[in-house]
Parts: sequence; C-alpha cells; structure tokens
Amino acid sequence: MTEAILAPVASLGRAVLLALAAIGRIAIFAAQVLGHLLRPPFYAREFGLALLQIGWFSLPVVGMTAVFTGGALALQIYAGGARFSAESVVPSIVAIGMTRELGPVLGGLMVAARVASSIAAEIGTMKVTEQIDALTTLSTNPLKYLVVPRVLAATLAVPVLVAAGDSIGIMGGWLVGITRLDFNSATYLKNTADFLEAWDVGSGLVKGAVFGFIIALMGCYHGMHSGRGAQGVGAATKSAVVAASVLILAANYLLTELFFST
Amino acid sequence: MISIEGLHKAFGSNAVLRGVNLAVGRGESIVIIGGSGTGKSVLLKCILGLVRPDRGRITVDGAPATVPASDAMLAHFGMLFQGGALFDSLPVWQNVAFRLLRGSLKRPKDEARAIAIEKLRRVGLGATVADLFPAELSGGMQKRVGLARAIAADPQIIFIDEPTAGLDPIMAGVINELIREIVVEMGATAMTITHDMSSVRAIADSVAMLHDGVIRWSGPIAELDMTPDPYVQQFIHGRAEGPIAAIR
Ligand SMILES: Nc1ncnc2c1ncn2[C@@H]1O[C@H](COP(=O)(O)OP(=O)(O)O)[C@@H](O)[C@H]1O
Ligand SMILES: [Mg+2]
Repeated sequence: MTEAILAPVASLGRAVLLALAAIGRIAIFAAQVLGHLLRPPFYAREFGLALLQIGWFSLPVVGMTAVFTGGALALQIYAGGARFSAESVVPSIVAIGMTRELGPVLGGLMVAARVASSIAAEIGTMKVTEQIDALTTLSTNPLKYLVVPRVLAATLAVPVLVAAGDSIGIMGGWLVGITRLDFNSATYLKNTADFLEAWDVGSGLVKGAVFGFIIALMGCYHGMHSGRGAQGVGAATKSAVVAASVLILAANYLLTELFFST
Repeated sequence: MISIEGLHKAFGSNAVLRGVNLAVGRGESIVIIGGSGTGKSVLLKCILGLVRPDRGRITVDGAPATVPASDAMLAHFGMLFQGGALFDSLPVWQNVAFRLLRGSLKRPKDEARAIAIEKLRRVGLGATVADLFPAELSGGMQKRVGLARAIAADPQIIFIDEPTAGLDPIMAGVINELIREIVVEMGATAMTITHDMSSVRAIADSVAMLHDGVIRWSGPIAELDMTPDPYVQQFIHGRAEGPIAAIR
C-alpha cells in the first residue's frame, strides 16, 4: 500500500537526481572548456573554420528570420496601437522588440537548430568512428582541438549575427511600415533612431554571446558523449538541439530579469 | 617493454577484462587473438589511456600508464585503428603528418609534407593520393594511410587493431605483409589484435589468446599449432564444436 503511494514520488525523485547529475556533468564540462581556453596550444585554423561555419554561413537563416519577424511585428503593433490611436509607436516598439528580445532569442534558436545539431553530429560521428581516440593518441587534446575553437567562435559570432539580425529586422518593420501602413520613410527612421538606446542593443548582444556559448557547448557536450553507432549520433544530435533551445530560453529569462527588472 | 598485471575492466555489468596478465618484450611482435567482443580493443585502449581500468597495473618501459596517457608516452606510440579513424576534414597528407604539424613534434609544413609523402610511399601509395580526402579512398587504401599515420613519427611501439577487417583476402595478405616488413625494419614493439589467422601467421613472433576476460594461452608462434589447449585449437581451426560457446 505505502509502496504504491511512494512509487510516483520515488520516480520523481529519480528524475530530479538524474537531471541534477546531468547539470553537474555539463557544468564540469564547461569548466574544463574554459580552463583549456586559457592555456595554449591554440588551434587558429580550427577557430577560423568554426567562425566561418557558425557565423558566416548562418547569416542567411538569421537574416530571413529577422526580416519576416520585423515585418510581422510592425503589423501587430500597428493593429494593437490603433486601439489607443497610438499607431505612431510602431517604429520605436519594433526597434526595442527586435533588439532586446526577438533578435537575440529567435536568432539564437535558429543558430541552435543549425549549429548545435551539426556540431553534435560531426563530433558524435568522430567519436563513434574512433577519430576522437585517434586524436588523443596523436598527442592532441580533443577538448582543445575540437571544442574550444567552436565554443569561442560561437560566443564571438552570435552577437555579430544578432546585430545583423537587429538591423535586418528593423528594416523589415520599416519596409512594411512604408509600403503597407503608410508611414513616411524619413519619419519612421527618425523615430527609430530617437527612441532606441544603446543598452537596448547592447543587452541583446550580451544575450547573443551567452546564447552562442550555450549552443556550441551543448553541441560539443552531446557529441563528445554520443552513444555508439548511428543511433547514438542521432540521439546526441537531438539532445543537443533540445538542450540548447531550452537553455537559451531559460537564460533569456534570467538575463532579462537581471538587465531590466526594477 | 609493456607489462600488464591483474587488469580488470567492466562496463556496467559486462565484465570484459577479468585479470589480464601479459608481458611484451622490446622489439617483439605479439598478436592477441580472441573472438569478437572478447575485449581485445578494450585491452589496447587501457594501455593507451583511452579507457580507465577498474583495477590492475600497466607499465610501459617501466613507467606506469596513466589516464589520460602522458605526452611523453604518446610520443612513442603509433596506432592503427580498426576503421582507420582518418580525419575526414583533412587531406590524406595532413592526416599522415598530423603530429608533425602541431605539438612538440611540430616542424615546417614543407618538411612535414615531404615526410608524409615518404611514409605514404612506404605503405605503397603514390604522391597523387596525398591531396585526396579519406572519403575518396578504398578500404584498403584507408588502412594504408592509417598505417602511414601510425608510423609517421617513427614510434617505438605500434598498436594495430584488426588490420584486415573488411578487406578481401588478397588485400588482407598485402596489408599483413606490409605490417610485418615495417615492424621488422623499424625494430618497433608491435601489438596487433585480430581474429584473422592469416594475420597471426604473417605478423606474430608470439601469440596470446584472450578468452573470458583472461589470457587463456600465450607462447611463441611456433608452439601455437602444437598446444593441446582446446580453446586455442578450436579457435585456430575455426571449429563450431568445442569449449568456446558459438553464441556470444
Ligand atoms: N565504451 C564502451 N562502453 C560500453 N561497453 C563497451 C565499450 N567499449 C567496449 N564495450 C564492450 O566491451 C566488449 C568488448 O569490446 P571490444 O574490446 O571492442 O571487443 P573486440 O575483442 O572485438 O575488440 C563488448 O561487449 C563491448 O560491447
Ligand atoms: Mg575490436
């Protein structure tokens, strides 16, 4: 009888313990990566390639996401503003919404889908085909050679992507504003520039750096701990994207609390 | 050169190694035989510090092996992995010269490339493959490149995991012969693991049989056929009946 009552509690407890253990392992992994970041050798070529892969090749995805989001945002804010005859807030709210929240969060999620998956699949495949073991026997630390360049590249590249996404998103809002909502182009731009503060943009870039770190860390962690065989790599890829996305949203909430709650 | 005492390793409830004892002399070419899944690869990985043993002592050249292995130790090692384990993002020559392009053995690029091409020639590959990528090579060529990478820094100890797995018998014969030649000419200590008897006869000075987590039999190659040990006899003749269970 008591067993039947306690069984759900026990399984809940087990789940919590497993989750805590996973968080602990990821924290240890992150600490190791940061430790290696500070000690030579540094693999410049790997870093350059990672920067290209993570930063440059993500631009189209982030740009597309931003332009459509900015446009939709303008339409919604116009419709909402019309209820208070406050249609003129469109430029400033679009700009603030893009730079503080939607630019970093949607950009981060898109990069997570694109990059965390590919990192996990690549490193996972290297793990199951013994390439990681081969690196070690060739006197090369896999954390330094594979993980550090990717984590560093993502941490630096995602803020730049966010900045690009912010500009493109604001441009999307402007485009919709002048073509569909009969705003005057010069007024729209002046309005945007007048209301936007440096910290609106700056806070979004800081978020971008944190998200970039999370994305690459999750891709690398799940790749390095991939199970055996094709199934193991598949599971690692899925876990990397899910973990990166959830952590981005959670970190976004915490950072928003930290930056903007009074 | 390599000595292993009382080595244990289990993965969860799967006790793979249960007290392995083995000594390998300098310059000796030992071949470890045993069925698939008996833990031959795990044994090599314990020595290389890629897998942490549960119990037991391993020394290489008198120094205890650590996890991960020290750079000083790894600098004298070369390993050919079962699937080749070539880095598919790098061209063949950079795979071969991997250690010569970074770390303590780093040297100018031209020199590293020249050494890589020389090692490729040694394993029977022309300079034209140097700029190809691993995915463009056949299985036999990948094995050769893996071997060239293993010997690139002139190691004192060479580990070879299943050199003939996935090769046709003719290619297997060629690779076996190549390994034998290279081991002899380099004077290196070699440890090869295989379940292929043709490799055993081509490569071994001495043979050890791993079964049920322990070294069941070991001795010079000349004594392999004469031993009355029923496990060894069943294995080398590939019989279905005998003390080794056919379903594992
Ligand atoms: N990293 C690992 N995690 C769990 N089990 C493993 C791992 N590596 C090897 N094993 C198990 O150990 C046993 C021996 O494997 P292995 O040494 O690869 O066999 P083989 O003799 O064919 O080389 C197998 O049952 C395998 O499933
Ligand atoms: Mg094996």
